[in-house]
Amino acid sequence: MSAAPRNSSLIAGALLTGLFVAVALIAPYWTPFDPRALSIAGKLLPPSAHHWFGTDQLGRDVLSMIMAGARTSVGVAALSVLIGLLGVPLGLLAAAHSGGIDELVTRGNDLVFAFPALLLAILLTSVLGPGAITAIIAIGIFNIPVFARVTRAGALQLWTRDYASAARVAGKGRWRISREHILPNLAGLLIVQGTIQFSLGVIAEAGLSYVGLSAQPPTPSWGRMLNEAQTLTALAPSLALFPGFAILLFVMGLNLLGEGLRRRTERPE
Amino acid sequence: MTAPLLQIEGLGVAIGATRIVKNLSLEVRAGEILGLAGASGSGKSMTALAIMQLLPQAAVITGTVRLRGATLSRSEDEMLEVRGRDLGMVFQEPMTALNPLMRIGDQVAETLRLHRAMSASEARHAAREALDLVGLTGEQGALDRFPYELSGGQRQRVAIAMAVVMAPPLLIADEPTTALDVIAQAQVLSVLRELVRTRNMGLVLITHDLAVLKQLADRVAIMHLGEIVEQGLTAEVLLRPRQPYTAALVAAASISPKGAARPSNAAAVLQVCGITREYPRKRRSLWHAAAPLRAVDDVSLCIHAGETVGLVGESGAGKSSLLRVILALERAQSGQVRLLGEDFSAAKGADRYRLRRAIQAVFQDPYGSFDPRWTVERLIGEPFFLLGTPPSPLERRRRVAAALEQVGLSAADARRLPREFSGGERQRIAIARALITEPAVIAFDEALSALDVLLREQVLKLLAELAQRLNVAYLFVSHDLHVVRALAERVYVMQNGRIVEEGSTETLFGSPRHAYTQALVAATLKLQVK
Repeated sequence: MSAAPRNSSLIAGALLTGLFVAVALIAPYWTPFDPRALSIAGKLLPPSAHHWFGTDQLGRDVLSMIMAGARTSVGVAALSVLIGLLGVPLGLLAAAHSGGIDELVTRGNDLVFAFPALLLAILLTSVLGPGAITAIIAIGIFNIPVFARVTRAGALQLWTRDYASAARVAGKGRWRISREHILPNLAGLLIVQGTIQFSLGVIAEAGLSYVGLSAQPPTPSWGRMLNEAQTLTALAPSLALFPGFAILLFVMGLNLLGEGLRRRTERPE
Repeated sequence: MTAPLLQIEGLGVAIGATRIVKNLSLEVRAGEILGLAGASGSGKSMTALAIMQLLPQAAVITGTVRLRGATLSRSEDEMLEVRGRDLGMVFQEPMTALNPLMRIGDQVAETLRLHRAMSASEARHAAREALDLVGLTGEQGALDRFPYELSGGQRQRVAIAMAVVMAPPLLIADEPTTALDVIAQAQVLSVLRELVRTRNMGLVLITHDLAVLKQLADRVAIMHLGEIVEQGLTAEVLLRPRQPYTAALVAAASISPKGAARPSNAAAVLQVCGITREYPRKRRSLWHAAAPLRAVDDVSLCIHAGETVGLVGESGAGKSSLLRVILALERAQSGQVRLLGEDFSAAKGADRYRLRRAIQAVFQDPYGSFDPRWTVERLIGEPFFLLGTPPSPLERRRRVAAALEQVGLSAADARRLPREFSGGERQRIAIARALITEPAVIAFDEALSALDVLLREQVLKLLAELAQRLNVAYLFVSHDLHVVRALAERVYVMQNGRIVEEGSTETLFGSPRHAYTQALVAATLKLQVK
């Protein structure tokens, strides 16, 4: 057959995502300036060769803050996806045992979905205090039912395949078949969903830190940078642009990556 | 002499460097049925799609196609007009050919309203007429039904109604009955024949089933590797094939029935006693629980060592449900399955593993039977799980290699992935997997219906040979009476969840007693070649 069409969204997505993840990894060790160093004399400088993205109202270097913010963003989103992966065994369990367990898992999902995410974050904040950990837990809890649903739906479909029946004729139990046959064949689907949840996690982290429920000062975060820039729009309009574009480009990169991966897994053998 | 309705000259289809159809020429006249036959992969469907110009964009088409003397344009805009109006097409899979969310009347009317300025009520009226024509009478609100409410045969008739509602002079039907059971097949074929006669329509009937062609086609063209190797009047070609390939195809299709049953004083290996399997149905209302659907109703049967037993019936008769109970994939509401004289349905722990070794299965879909990520060695070795002490890796490899060779594959195939094999080879791998625990019974669930005639004959031969060599019993579940007849010594006939008749293959097919068996046998098309 003809050569596979070029998967340009996969390439563009991988490049953008790779850029931000690399920045997040570098940030703790090297940034052009200390993102926490204040310099009242050098506040609200426009972008220049010295400060590429300019400085904010406290004279902090915006590029360095964006880099350090990437670390917060990637860290919170990645850990919340990891928490969300708890939904995978739940979904497998629900698909393997129709009836009571399935009912319990799906109703549990509905219950979590019924809560507004922001409400849960506020609730957790009042218990744990605001911070990155709170954001991770709040976003992670909402990832669990998403993964449980996707896994359950995919697994139910795979259970109707003859190879699942063949494995049962070979004496294997439902849990073993879930591990050996169902999960590996769902891997592609879960990676795609993981990418999408990652991008949603970036947006959610930005949202939570915008309202002050995520990482606290002085830890830089994109959402709070946006919030602070808002009051200075008239003085320094460019201040809001950089964190805004960082969120936009990173989320776009992740979505393109997810779309590219989806197309890749859907390509017929 | 009038000009032919459809005239194809030097048609070629190529995708990349692969030439799928080579220099194909044929003609169809009005009121004529041309059968296009050949093994799977011979280019039959590609030819049909090339006529309709529905091929993927990567395909390169050469040659000319003339309809009523006019060359069909290559422009997509003009083809939009031609499709539906001048050329109708019916596809193989009735389950996916209809839009599941649209009432069937609207679906039939849609074709009309796309081509002609027509009011909704006029289109509906025409749709009713078309559905009447295919035998789906409008009285019971047929127009307002959704595809899921219809059986496979009924859906295929809806698809035909959609294809002929514009009264196209030519209809192309690609394996229209392959997915249907014999009784539905007979209905669909008679609808097609009626249409050709009453409307003086041309029909290109594509199928790998020569029995269907013998019944229906005026002329046949046999395709092999993208070329027409032989064409002529149906009777001529099938009775006196000139090409060796045609002869092989005809020979493979006319399976000779199995000889008389051997005296069965052998021990019973599988006994099924009074199995009833019910499925819960949706409640009718809060107060009224619906009566459960009884898929299998008090069924008993028995298979002796080394015996081949067929279980036939149309789709929905409960065959598959019964098989799933026998294989302990589902639990029956009542009854017992006994293997080697022991109760398999109630067995627990080690006993269950030991008894499971005695029964293995080959499933219907050669593409869905294997985990696409596992190597053949791992797949065939999967039932080793049933052994109390799993064999060493070396022993494992040796036994998998032996099983592969037993089914006519090579030991080197063990390291390949299932997608590297064709449908026929995959069914062999499935048989190897079933043989690996040396079972007393192997159950086949429509295991040959996805294969074309040549492959089917190869697998049938293999099975007959293995049965003799290994003294393994087969339970052959199928709606294809040809296959059951060729292999089984004894046959059970199932209808609506019950066994309605049982007997040796010869007596049962020769002089069926039960009305349903008679209908089933009568509906089965025969390809008798002297």
